[in-house]
Amino acid sequence: MNCTEANDLKHAYVDGELDAMHCMELEEHLKSCPNCTLAKSNLENLRSAIRLDEQYFRAPTRLQRQIRSALRFDEEPAGPVASWLQQFWFKFAAVSLVTALLAWLVALQLNIRSSTDRLTDEIASAHYRSLMAEHLMDVASSDKHTVKPWFTGRVDFGVPVVDLTDHGYPLIGGRLDYIQDRSVAALVYKRNQKHVINLFIWPESNDKAETQRPASYRGFNLVQWCAAGMNFWAVSDLNRGELSEFAQLIKEQTPAAPKP
Amino acid sequence: MFFCEAREYIRLATGLTYQTQLTVDDSLDRMDKQTQFEATILPHLDAAYNLARWLTRNEHDAEDVAQDAFVRAFKFFGGFRGENGRSWLLSIVRNTCYNWLEKNRRKELGTVFDEKIHVIEDESASPEAALSKRFDAEMVRQAMEDLPVEFREVLVLREMEDMSYKEIASIAGIPMGTVMSRLARGRKLMQQSLAQREAANPEGQRRVDPQQSGSRL
Repeated sequence: MNCTEANDLKHAYVDGELDAMHCMELEEHLKSCPNCTLAKSNLENLRSAIRLDEQYFRAPTRLQRQIRSALRFDEEPAGPVASWLQQFWFKFAAVSLVTALLAWLVALQLNIRSSTDRLTDEIASAHYRSLMAEHLMDVASSDKHTVKPWFTGRVDFGVPVVDLTDHGYPLIGGRLDYIQDRSVAALVYKRNQKHVINLFIWPESNDKAETQRPASYRGFNLVQWCAAGMNFWAVSDLNRGELSEFAQLIKEQTPAAPKP
Repeated sequence: MFFCEAREYIRLATGLTYQTQLTVDDSLDRMDKQTQFEATILPHLDAAYNLARWLTRNEHDAEDVAQDAFVRAFKFFGGFRGENGRSWLLSIVRNTCYNWLEKNRRKELGTVFDEKIHVIEDESASPEAALSKRFDAEMVRQAMEDLPVEFREVLVLREMEDMSYKEIASIAGIPMGTVMSRLARGRKLMQQSLAQREAANPEGQRRVDPQQSGSRL
């Protein structure tokens, strides 16, 4: 092997790309040629200078983050099936929530309206029943001192009994009735011998200000108020003016603090 | 209308775009693809950045090019047939770099060395000059950066990534013979450049072996 051939092969030799036979030939030549040996060692020096770790640029740590985010690798940690389910359940939950909210609002509206309606209905029904079933009175007396003690032991509150005979609304008796899941006192008055007035009384724990709610229901007139810790409902087929007058009289003569 | 709006809000709330609302099968494919990509391609981030850094000669541009290359690699990952992931990635990085150079450093590409025109002079005729055994790292870096890009490229792949001639040929898209001639020419240019720098800066930071001070040029 001469120097020209050796010069051509030295790169392949240091790069480890030279076949075994040429390697042997080149090494043989190097033994006898200081110039080619120097050329080879210069080449090796250069290689080690370039291969120094200082020449290698490592990627900054943020680059991996940037690339992962550019590839959207870190956005969906949940698997795609899970994310699909997540989307499905999210939609399902959102729609359910909105539906439930609407239903609740509607129910609330209906309930607010009907809690009064239901009571009115109960009062009117109790009044109607008292007229048709010949069960108007449990105690028939125009004497409030007879009627009032009769309730003792039958209801758990003192019934304020007022006699309005002088005003044309004679007391004719009293009975037990059942309104809103509790026993209530019902006082019976008459007007002009024909019109029956039922006055339902029960304690009102929520002692709010007297709120009159005059109403008409199935042809009956109703007047409601609260006074002295009691809830009063007057119901009759009397005309509204006379019933209001009756209510006013009861209110005026009811003792402020009822005896227990 | 209500449901349209609701869907819009749900979409906004979950931060999902229509683009990512894939079918289950597509999502499974994507998950599979991502897992494989993370295992075979992503570990070669340093190699990708190093090549991009040497070809663009700038840290900031290297990051941009490397990121762009990874996005392209993920896009074309379907064409990856499980061969050497590093070679596959580096060929994409190399092409991305050349596109970037074409757009931003056009004149650097204008000096592509043509071996057919430039006949390498017969070195064997002149006696070999002894060069330093140890070069200053900064000097080597500058000499490398001053090399035309096609020599820099093969030197980085050969010396820093320790790639075979065949791998370099496939990454750079050139015949193996060209790889060999570019390596030889590149090394010759490096030796000349380093010798020049040492001669110009004899009292510099270089560490010169006193016995081998007869460098020419």
